[in-house]
Amino acid sequence: MKLKLHIWRQDNAKTAGKMVSYDANHVSPDMSFLEMLDVLNQELITKGDDPVAFDHDCREGICGACSMVINGIPHGPQRATTTCQLHMRSFKDGDEVYIEPWRAEPFPVIKDLAVDRAALDRIIAAGGFISVGTGAPPDGNAIPIAKEISDLAMDAAACIGCGACVAACPNGSAMLFTAAKVSHLNLLPQGEPEKDQRVINMVAQMDAEGFGNCTNYAECQAACPKEISIQFIAKMNRDLIRAKLREGNNAGSGKTGGA
Amino acid sequence: MTGVLSFYRTSIGKKVVMAVTGLIGVGFVIGHMLGNLQIYLGAEALNKYAAFLKSTGELLIVVRVVLLTAVILHIIAAVQLTIENRKSRPQRYVKKQHVESTFASRTMRYGGFILLLFIVYHILHFTIGKAPGGPQPFDVHNVYNNVVYGFQNLWVSLFYILAMLALGLHMAHGVWSLFQTLGLNNRRFNRLLRNAALGIGTLLFLGNISIPIAVLVGFLEPVAK
Repeated sequence: MKLKLHIWRQDNAKTAGKMVSYDANHVSPDMSFLEMLDVLNQELITKGDDPVAFDHDCREGICGACSMVINGIPHGPQRATTTCQLHMRSFKDGDEVYIEPWRAEPFPVIKDLAVDRAALDRIIAAGGFISVGTGAPPDGNAIPIAKEISDLAMDAAACIGCGACVAACPNGSAMLFTAAKVSHLNLLPQGEPEKDQRVINMVAQMDAEGFGNCTNYAECQAACPKEISIQFIAKMNRDLIRAKLREGNNAGSGKTGGA
Repeated sequence: MTGVLSFYRTSIGKKVVMAVTGLIGVGFVIGHMLGNLQIYLGAEALNKYAAFLKSTGELLIVVRVVLLTAVILHIIAAVQLTIENRKSRPQRYVKKQHVESTFASRTMRYGGFILLLFIVYHILHFTIGKAPGGPQPFDVHNVYNNVVYGFQNLWVSLFYILAMLALGLHMAHGVWSLFQTLGLNNRRFNRLLRNAALGIGTLLFLGNISIPIAVLVGFLEPVAK
Protein backbone atom coordinates (compact mmCIF):
# COMPACT_ATOMS: atom_id res chain seq x y z
CA MET A 1 0.00 0.00 0.00
CA LYS A 2 0.97 3.65 -0.44
CA LEU A 3 1.08 6.28 2.29
CA LYS A 4 1.72 10.00 2.40
CA LEU A 5 3.99 10.72 5.37
CA HIS A 6 4.39 14.12 7.00
CA ILE A 7 7.42 13.96 9.28
CA TRP A 8 8.86 16.60 11.62
CA ARG A 9 12.44 17.39 10.57
CA GLN A 10 14.63 19.39 12.93
CA ASP A 11 18.43 19.48 13.01
CA ASN A 12 18.77 20.13 16.75
CA ALA A 13 17.20 21.87 19.74
CA LYS A 14 18.52 25.27 18.64
CA THR A 15 17.09 25.31 15.12
CA ALA A 16 13.46 25.54 14.11
CA GLY A 17 11.87 22.43 12.66
CA LYS A 18 9.21 21.87 10.02
CA MET A 19 7.01 19.15 8.60
CA VAL A 20 8.36 17.51 5.44
CA SER A 21 6.24 15.25 3.22
CA TYR A 22 7.41 11.89 1.88
CA ASP A 23 5.78 9.24 -0.26
CA ALA A 24 6.02 5.70 1.11
CA ASN A 25 5.12 3.57 -1.89
CA HIS A 26 6.21 0.10 -0.79
CA VAL A 27 4.44 -0.45 2.53
CA SER A 28 3.37 -3.95 3.52
CA PRO A 29 0.55 -4.31 6.07
CA ASP A 30 2.77 -6.82 7.90
CA MET A 31 5.49 -4.25 8.58
CA SER A 32 5.77 -2.66 11.98
CA PHE A 33 5.64 1.13 12.01
CA LEU A 34 9.37 1.29 12.67
CA GLU A 35 10.12 -1.09 9.79
CA MET A 36 8.13 1.22 7.54
CA LEU A 37 10.42 4.07 8.68
CA ASP A 38 13.49 1.83 8.15
CA VAL A 39 12.43 1.32 4.53
CA LEU A 40 11.87 5.07 4.11
CA ASN A 41 15.30 5.78 5.61
CA GLN A 42 16.98 3.26 3.28
CA GLU A 43 15.39 5.05 0.33
CA LEU A 44 16.58 8.41 1.68
CA ILE A 45 20.12 7.08 2.20
CA THR A 46 20.18 5.61 -1.33
CA LYS A 47 19.15 8.99 -2.70
CA GLY A 48 21.87 10.65 -0.62
CA ASP A 49 19.36 12.39 1.66
CA ASP A 50 19.50 12.69 5.42
CA PRO A 51 17.61 9.79 7.06
CA VAL A 52 14.93 10.50 9.68
CA ALA A 53 16.37 10.19 13.20
CA PHE A 54 14.16 8.32 15.66
CA ASP A 55 14.71 6.44 18.92
CA HIS A 56 14.21 2.69 19.03
CA ASP A 57 15.77 -0.19 20.87
CA CYS A 58 14.03 -3.41 21.92
CA ARG A 59 11.27 -3.32 19.29
CA GLU A 60 9.11 -5.49 21.52
CA GLY A 61 7.33 -2.90 23.63
CA ILE A 62 9.38 -2.99 26.82
CA CYS A 63 12.13 -0.39 26.52
CA GLY A 64 10.04 2.72 25.90
CA ALA A 65 12.45 4.23 23.38
CA CYS A 66 10.25 4.55 20.27
CA SER A 67 8.82 7.98 20.98
CA MET A 68 6.69 9.45 18.22
CA VAL A 69 3.30 11.08 18.01
CA ILE A 70 1.43 9.47 15.12
CA ASN A 71 -1.59 11.36 13.79
CA GLY A 72 -1.84 13.28 17.07
CA ILE A 73 -1.63 10.28 19.42
CA PRO A 74 1.58 9.15 21.15
CA HIS A 75 2.54 5.67 19.88
CA GLY A 76 -0.28 5.87 17.33
CA PRO A 77 -3.94 4.92 17.19
CA GLN A 78 -3.80 1.47 18.78
CA ARG A 79 -4.29 1.43 22.54
CA ALA A 80 -1.84 -0.17 24.94
CA THR A 81 0.95 -0.50 22.38
CA THR A 82 4.23 1.21 21.71
CA THR A 83 5.14 2.46 18.23
CA CYS A 84 7.25 -0.65 17.59
CA GLN A 85 4.21 -2.86 18.29
CA LEU A 86 2.03 -0.86 15.91
CA HIS A 87 1.66 -2.52 12.52
CA MET A 88 0.87 -0.98 9.18
CA ARG A 89 -2.36 -2.99 8.98
CA SER A 90 -3.72 -0.28 11.31
CA PHE A 91 -3.57 2.07 8.30
CA LYS A 92 -5.35 2.13 4.93
CA ASP A 93 -3.91 2.58 1.46
CA GLY A 94 -3.67 6.28 0.68
CA ASP A 95 -3.69 7.41 4.34
CA GLU A 96 -1.87 10.56 5.34
CA VAL A 97 0.26 9.97 8.42
CA TYR A 98 1.62 12.80 10.59
CA ILE A 99 4.69 11.87 12.63
CA GLU A 100 5.96 14.29 15.28
CA PRO A 101 8.31 14.11 18.26
CA TRP A 102 7.17 14.27 21.91
CA ARG A 103 6.58 17.98 22.41
CA ALA A 104 7.44 19.41 25.82
CA GLU A 105 9.86 22.06 27.04
CA PRO A 106 11.72 19.53 29.27
CA PHE A 107 12.15 17.20 26.23
CA PRO A 108 14.49 19.14 23.88
CA VAL A 109 14.67 17.73 20.36
CA ILE A 110 18.00 16.01 19.67
CA LYS A 111 17.20 15.52 15.99
CA ASP A 112 13.94 15.01 14.09
CA LEU A 113 11.85 12.60 16.19
CA ALA A 114 14.48 11.86 18.84
CA VAL A 115 14.10 13.87 22.05
CA ASP A 116 16.17 14.02 25.22
CA ARG A 117 14.17 12.43 28.03
CA ALA A 118 16.86 12.72 30.72
CA ALA A 119 14.40 14.84 32.74
CA LEU A 120 12.52 11.63 33.55
CA ASP A 121 15.74 9.98 34.74
CA ARG A 122 16.40 12.93 37.03
CA ILE A 123 12.92 12.54 38.55
CA ILE A 124 13.69 8.88 39.29
CA ALA A 125 17.09 9.82 40.74
CA ALA A 126 15.41 12.38 43.02
CA GLY A 127 13.44 9.52 44.55
CA GLY A 128 16.61 8.23 46.14
CA PHE A 129 17.28 4.76 47.52
CA ILE A 130 15.26 2.35 49.60
CA SER A 131 16.54 1.01 52.91
CA VAL A 132 17.51 -2.63 52.55
CA GLY A 133 19.52 -4.87 54.80
CA THR A 134 22.72 -5.91 53.04
CA GLY A 135 24.20 -9.34 53.53
CA ALA A 136 22.55 -12.64 52.82
CA PRO A 137 19.51 -12.48 50.54
CA PRO A 138 16.26 -12.64 52.51
CA ASP A 139 13.98 -15.65 52.22
CA GLY A 140 11.33 -15.41 49.55
CA ASN A 141 7.99 -14.06 50.84
CA ALA A 142 9.58 -13.18 54.19
CA ILE A 143 7.72 -9.87 54.12
CA PRO A 144 3.97 -10.45 53.88
CA ILE A 145 2.34 -8.29 51.19
CA ALA A 146 -1.35 -8.51 50.36
CA LYS A 147 -2.07 -9.82 46.85
CA GLU A 148 -4.09 -6.70 45.93
CA ILE A 149 -1.26 -4.42 47.03
CA SER A 150 1.44 -6.33 45.16
CA ASP A 151 -0.77 -6.39 42.04
CA LEU A 152 -1.29 -2.63 42.31
CA ALA A 153 2.43 -2.03 42.80
CA MET A 154 3.13 -4.16 39.73
CA ASP A 155 0.61 -2.14 37.71
CA ALA A 156 2.56 1.02 38.61
CA ALA A 157 5.91 -0.68 38.03
CA ALA A 158 4.82 -1.56 34.47
CA CYS A 159 5.81 2.02 33.52
CA ILE A 160 8.55 1.88 30.88
CA GLY A 161 9.33 5.58 31.17
CA CYS A 162 8.57 6.29 27.52
CA GLY A 163 7.09 9.74 28.22
CA ALA A 164 3.91 9.19 26.18
CA CYS A 165 1.95 10.63 29.13
CA VAL A 166 3.85 13.91 28.83
CA ALA A 167 3.42 13.93 25.05
CA ALA A 168 -0.32 13.28 25.31
CA CYS A 169 -1.00 15.78 28.09
CA PRO A 170 -2.29 19.13 26.78
CA ASN A 171 -0.31 20.67 29.68
CA GLY A 172 2.89 18.69 29.08
CA SER A 173 2.61 17.27 32.58
CA ALA A 174 4.66 14.32 33.83
CA MET A 175 2.24 13.49 36.64
CA LEU A 176 1.38 9.99 35.42
CA PHE A 177 5.04 9.04 35.03
CA THR A 178 6.00 10.47 38.43
CA ALA A 179 2.92 8.96 40.07
CA ALA A 180 3.80 5.50 38.72
CA LYS A 181 7.39 5.79 39.92
CA VAL A 182 6.36 7.10 43.36
CA SER A 183 3.57 4.55 43.76
CA HIS A 184 5.31 1.30 42.95
CA LEU A 185 7.66 1.90 45.88
CA ASN A 186 5.27 3.76 48.20
CA LEU A 187 2.76 0.91 48.03
CA LEU A 188 5.21 -1.68 49.31
CA PRO A 189 6.73 -2.20 52.78
CA GLN A 190 10.21 -2.02 51.25
CA GLY A 191 9.50 1.57 50.19
CA GLU A 192 7.78 2.56 53.43
CA PRO A 193 10.66 4.20 55.40
CA GLU A 194 11.38 6.84 52.72
CA LYS A 195 7.78 7.21 51.58
CA ASP A 196 7.33 10.90 52.49
CA GLN A 197 10.73 12.13 51.35
CA ARG A 198 10.40 10.20 48.09
CA VAL A 199 7.16 11.86 47.04
CA ILE A 200 8.29 15.33 48.16
CA ASN A 201 11.60 15.10 46.30
CA MET A 202 10.21 13.55 43.12
CA VAL A 203 7.42 16.11 42.83
CA ALA A 204 9.94 18.91 43.48
CA GLN A 205 12.19 17.56 40.71
CA MET A 206 9.20 17.15 38.36
CA ASP A 207 8.31 20.81 38.93
CA ALA A 208 11.93 21.95 38.60
CA GLU A 209 12.24 20.25 35.19
CA GLY A 210 9.47 22.52 33.90
CA PHE A 211 6.73 19.97 33.28
CA GLY A 212 3.17 21.31 33.30
CA ASN A 213 0.49 20.65 35.89
CA CYS A 214 -2.23 18.06 35.95
CA THR A 215 -5.72 19.28 35.08
CA ASN A 216 -7.17 15.76 35.12
CA TYR A 217 -7.78 15.49 31.37
CA ALA A 218 -6.90 11.76 31.55
CA GLU A 219 -5.27 11.90 28.10
CA CYS A 220 -2.17 10.34 29.69
CA GLN A 221 -3.82 7.08 30.69
CA ALA A 222 -5.34 6.77 27.22
CA ALA A 223 -1.89 7.14 25.65
CA CYS A 224 0.03 4.98 28.12
CA PRO A 225 1.27 1.82 26.35
CA LYS A 226 1.17 0.05 29.72
CA GLU A 227 -2.35 1.33 30.56
CA ILE A 228 -1.31 2.92 33.83
CA SER A 229 -4.34 4.47 35.49
CA ILE A 230 -4.67 8.03 36.74
CA GLN A 231 -5.71 6.52 40.05
CA PHE A 232 -1.95 6.57 40.75
CA ILE A 233 -2.03 10.34 40.30
CA ALA A 234 -4.73 10.51 42.99
CA LYS A 235 -2.52 8.32 45.15
CA MET A 236 0.52 10.55 44.61
CA ASN A 237 -1.56 13.63 45.50
CA ARG A 238 -2.68 11.84 48.66
CA ASP A 239 0.91 10.84 49.51
CA LEU A 240 2.21 14.38 48.94
CA ILE A 241 -0.50 16.04 51.03
CA ARG A 242 0.14 13.57 53.87
CA ALA A 243 3.92 13.95 53.58
CA LYS A 244 3.67 17.74 53.70
CA LEU A 245 1.46 17.53 56.80
CA ARG A 246 3.87 15.13 58.53
CA GLU A 247 6.80 17.35 57.52
CA GLY A 248 5.03 20.05 59.55
CA ASN A 249 4.88 17.72 62.55
CA ASN A 250 8.65 17.39 62.54
CA ALA A 251 9.27 21.09 62.00
CA GLY A 252 10.13 21.62 65.70
CA SER A 253 12.92 19.05 65.76
CA GLY A 254 15.40 20.78 63.48
CA LYS A 255 16.03 19.43 60.01
CA THR A 256 13.27 17.32 58.56
CA GLY A 257 15.27 15.51 55.87
CA GLY A 258 16.44 11.94 56.26
CA ALA A 259 12.97 10.46 56.95
CA MET B 1 3.77 29.51 57.40
CA THR B 2 6.86 28.66 55.33
CA GLY B 3 5.55 25.09 55.25
CA VAL B 4 2.30 26.27 53.75
CA LEU B 5 4.16 28.37 51.19
CA SER B 6 6.51 25.53 50.25
CA PHE B 7 3.45 23.36 49.68
CA TYR B 8 1.83 26.05 47.55
CA ARG B 9 4.96 26.31 45.44
CA THR B 10 4.59 22.70 44.30
CA SER B 11 2.34 22.02 41.34
CA ILE B 12 0.15 19.79 43.49
CA GLY B 13 -0.11 22.46 46.21
CA LYS B 14 -1.63 24.92 43.74
CA LYS B 15 -3.96 22.17 42.56
CA VAL B 16 -5.07 21.55 46.14
CA VAL B 17 -5.91 25.25 46.45
CA MET B 18 -7.96 24.93 43.25
CA ALA B 19 -9.72 21.88 44.68
CA VAL B 20 -10.51 23.25 48.15
CA THR B 21 -11.69 26.64 46.87
CA GLY B 22 -13.62 24.78 44.19
CA LEU B 23 -15.31 22.64 46.82
CA ILE B 24 -16.40 25.81 48.65
CA GLY B 25 -17.80 27.04 45.35
CA VAL B 26 -19.66 23.78 44.68
CA GLY B 27 -21.28 23.91 48.12
CA PHE B 28 -22.27 27.52 47.58
CA VAL B 29 -23.81 27.11 44.12
CA ILE B 30 -25.87 24.11 45.25
CA GLY B 31 -27.18 25.97 48.32
CA HIS B 32 -27.73 29.13 46.27
CA MET B 33 -29.81 27.26 43.70
CA LEU B 34 -31.91 25.49 46.33
CA GLY B 35 -32.59 28.86 47.97
CA ASN B 36 -33.50 30.49 44.67
CA LEU B 37 -35.86 27.70 43.65
CA GLN B 38 -38.13 28.91 46.45
CA ILE B 39 -39.29 31.43 43.86
CA TYR B 40 -41.75 28.73 42.79
CA LEU B 41 -43.31 28.83 46.27
CA GLY B 42 -44.37 32.42 45.63
CA ALA B 43 -43.17 35.94 46.31
CA GLU B 44 -43.72 35.78 50.05
CA ALA B 45 -41.59 32.65 50.54
CA LEU B 46 -38.66 34.01 48.51
CA ASN B 47 -38.75 37.45 50.10
CA LYS B 48 -38.94 35.91 53.56
CA TYR B 49 -35.90 33.74 52.75
CA ALA B 50 -34.02 36.82 51.49
CA ALA B 51 -34.92 38.74 54.65
CA PHE B 52 -33.71 35.79 56.74
CA LEU B 53 -30.31 35.79 54.96
CA LYS B 54 -30.01 39.56 55.54
CA SER B 55 -30.89 39.11 59.23
CA THR B 56 -27.88 36.85 59.89
CA GLY B 57 -25.67 39.94 60.15
CA GLU B 58 -22.06 39.06 60.99
CA LEU B 59 -22.51 35.50 59.74
CA LEU B 60 -23.45 36.84 56.31
CA ILE B 61 -20.29 38.96 56.28
CA VAL B 62 -18.16 35.94 57.21
CA VAL B 63 -19.74 33.85 54.44
CA ARG B 64 -19.20 36.62 51.91
CA VAL B 65 -15.55 37.06 52.91
CA VAL B 66 -14.95 33.29 52.67
CA LEU B 67 -16.59 33.11 49.25
CA LEU B 68 -14.75 36.14 47.92
CA THR B 69 -11.42 34.80 49.21
CA ALA B 70 -12.13 31.41 47.65
CA VAL B 71 -12.92 32.99 44.27
CA ILE B 72 -9.77 35.13 44.36
CA LEU B 73 -7.50 32.22 45.36
CA HIS B 74 -9.14 29.99 42.73
CA ILE B 75 -8.39 32.57 40.03
CA ILE B 76 -4.82 33.28 41.17
CA ALA B 77 -3.94 29.58 41.26
CA ALA B 78 -5.64 28.98 37.90
CA VAL B 79 -3.69 31.79 36.25
CA GLN B 80 -0.37 30.59 37.69
CA LEU B 81 -1.03 26.99 36.66
CA THR B 82 -2.12 28.01 33.17
CA ILE B 83 1.03 30.10 32.64
CA GLU B 84 3.20 27.13 33.72
CA ASN B 85 1.25 24.78 31.46
CA ARG B 86 1.67 27.03 28.43
CA LYS B 87 5.42 27.24 29.10
CA SER B 88 5.67 23.48 29.20
CA ARG B 89 4.64 23.15 25.54
CA PRO B 90 6.09 26.06 23.56
CA GLN B 91 6.00 24.12 20.26
CA ARG B 92 2.47 22.93 19.59
CA TYR B 93 1.58 19.79 17.69
CA VAL B 94 0.79 20.13 13.99
CA LYS B 95 -1.85 17.45 14.47
CA LYS B 96 -3.28 16.52 17.87
CA GLN B 97 -6.15 14.23 18.75
CA HIS B 98 -8.03 14.06 22.03
CA VAL B 99 -8.75 10.50 23.09
CA GLU B 100 -10.18 10.49 26.58
CA SER B 101 -10.50 14.10 27.77
CA THR B 102 -14.03 15.47 27.93
CA PHE B 103 -15.30 18.68 26.34
CA ALA B 104 -15.96 19.96 29.87
CA SER B 105 -12.35 19.39 30.95
CA ARG B 106 -10.96 21.17 27.90
CA THR B 107 -13.15 24.25 28.39
CA MET B 108 -12.50 24.84 32.12
CA ARG B 109 -10.42 27.98 31.49
CA TYR B 110 -12.88 29.57 29.08
CA GLY B 111 -15.89 28.59 31.18
CA GLY B 112 -14.14 29.94 34.26
CA PHE B 113 -13.61 33.28 32.53
CA ILE B 114 -17.30 33.47 31.54
CA LEU B 115 -18.21 32.68 35.17
CA LEU B 116 -15.97 35.50 36.43
CA LEU B 117 -17.76 38.00 34.17
CA PHE B 118 -21.06 36.50 35.26
CA ILE B 119 -20.30 36.79 38.99
CA VAL B 120 -19.44 40.49 38.63
CA TYR B 121 -22.61 41.16 36.62
CA HIS B 122 -24.78 39.00 38.87
CA ILE B 123 -23.76 40.89 42.02
CA LEU B 124 -24.34 44.27 40.32
CA HIS B 125 -27.61 42.92 38.96
CA PHE B 126 -29.40 41.41 41.95
CA THR B 127 -27.35 42.30 45.06
CA ILE B 128 -26.54 45.96 44.41
CA GLY B 129 -29.15 46.69 41.73
CA LYS B 130 -26.89 48.85 39.59
CA ALA B 131 -26.25 46.68 36.55
CA PRO B 132 -26.88 47.88 33.01
CA GLY B 133 -30.10 46.24 31.84
CA GLY B 134 -30.99 45.49 35.44
CA PRO B 135 -34.46 45.33 37.03
CA GLN B 136 -36.51 48.57 37.11
CA PRO B 137 -37.60 49.43 39.73
CA PHE B 138 -35.05 47.73 42.03
CA ASP B 139 -36.35 47.14 45.57
CA VAL B 140 -33.98 45.49 48.09
CA HIS B 141 -36.95 44.20 50.04
CA ASN B 142 -38.73 42.62 47.09
CA VAL B 143 -36.26 40.11 45.70
CA TYR B 144 -39.06 38.28 43.89
CA ASN B 145 -39.97 41.29 41.76
CA ASN B 146 -36.30 42.11 41.14
CA VAL B 147 -35.83 38.63 39.70
CA VAL B 148 -38.94 38.83 37.52
CA TYR B 149 -38.22 42.36 36.22
CA GLY B 150 -34.55 41.40 35.77
CA PHE B 151 -35.27 38.36 33.62
CA GLN B 152 -37.91 40.10 31.52
CA ASN B 153 -34.90 41.54 29.68
CA LEU B 154 -34.28 38.87 27.00
CA TRP B 155 -30.56 39.65 26.54
CA VAL B 156 -29.89 39.47 30.27
CA SER B 157 -31.71 36.13 30.45
CA LEU B 158 -29.75 34.76 27.50
CA PHE B 159 -26.48 35.79 29.19
CA TYR B 160 -27.62 34.03 32.38
CA ILE B 161 -28.45 30.87 30.44
CA LEU B 162 -25.04 30.94 28.72
CA ALA B 163 -23.33 31.46 32.08
CA MET B 164 -25.28 28.55 33.58
CA LEU B 165 -24.14 26.36 30.68
CA ALA B 166 -20.57 27.35 31.59
CA LEU B 167 -21.33 26.60 35.25
CA GLY B 168 -22.79 23.18 34.45
CA LEU B 169 -19.78 22.23 32.32
CA HIS B 170 -17.36 23.61 34.94
CA MET B 171 -19.02 21.39 37.58
CA ALA B 172 -19.28 18.36 35.30
CA HIS B 173 -15.47 18.21 35.26
CA GLY B 174 -14.64 20.13 38.43
CA VAL B 175 -16.55 18.09 40.99
CA TRP B 176 -14.83 14.86 39.92
CA SER B 177 -11.52 16.62 39.36
CA LEU B 178 -11.36 18.09 42.86
CA PHE B 179 -11.66 14.69 44.48
CA GLN B 180 -8.98 13.34 42.14
CA THR B 181 -6.69 16.24 43.05
CA LEU B 182 -7.23 15.81 46.78
CA GLY B 183 -6.35 12.13 46.38
CA LEU B 184 -9.85 11.07 47.44
CA ASN B 185 -10.37 8.78 44.47
CA ASN B 186 -9.60 5.23 43.47
CA ARG B 187 -10.88 2.51 41.17
CA ARG B 188 -13.96 1.89 43.34
CA PHE B 189 -15.15 5.50 43.60
CA ASN B 190 -14.11 6.78 40.19
CA ARG B 191 -17.32 5.92 38.31
CA LEU B 192 -19.48 7.22 41.17
CA LEU B 193 -17.58 10.52 41.33
CA ARG B 194 -17.68 10.95 37.54
CA ASN B 195 -21.44 10.41 37.55
CA ALA B 196 -21.97 12.65 40.58
CA ALA B 197 -20.08 15.46 38.83
CA LEU B 198 -22.16 15.06 35.68
CA GLY B 199 -25.37 14.91 37.74
CA ILE B 200 -24.53 18.00 39.79
CA GLY B 201 -23.55 19.92 36.66
CA THR B 202 -26.76 18.95 34.88
CA LEU B 203 -29.01 19.74 37.85
CA LEU B 204 -27.37 23.12 38.41
CA PHE B 205 -27.79 23.99 34.75
CA LEU B 206 -31.45 22.91 34.53
CA GLY B 207 -32.49 24.23 37.95
CA ASN B 208 -30.96 27.65 37.44
CA ILE B 209 -32.08 28.25 33.84
CA SER B 210 -35.63 27.28 34.77
CA ILE B 211 -36.04 30.66 36.50
CA PRO B 212 -35.27 33.02 33.56
CA ILE B 213 -37.22 30.69 31.25
CA ALA B 214 -40.23 30.72 33.61
CA VAL B 215 -40.11 34.52 33.62
CA LEU B 216 -39.74 34.80 29.83
CA VAL B 217 -42.70 32.49 29.13
CA GLY B 218 -44.81 34.42 31.66
CA PHE B 219 -45.10 31.66 34.26
CA LEU B 220 -43.60 33.93 36.92
CA GLU B 221 -45.12 37.39 37.00
CA PRO B 222 -44.46 40.48 39.13
CA VAL B 223 -46.58 40.82 42.25
CA ALA B 224 -48.18 44.01 43.54
CA LYS B 225 -46.75 44.88 46.90
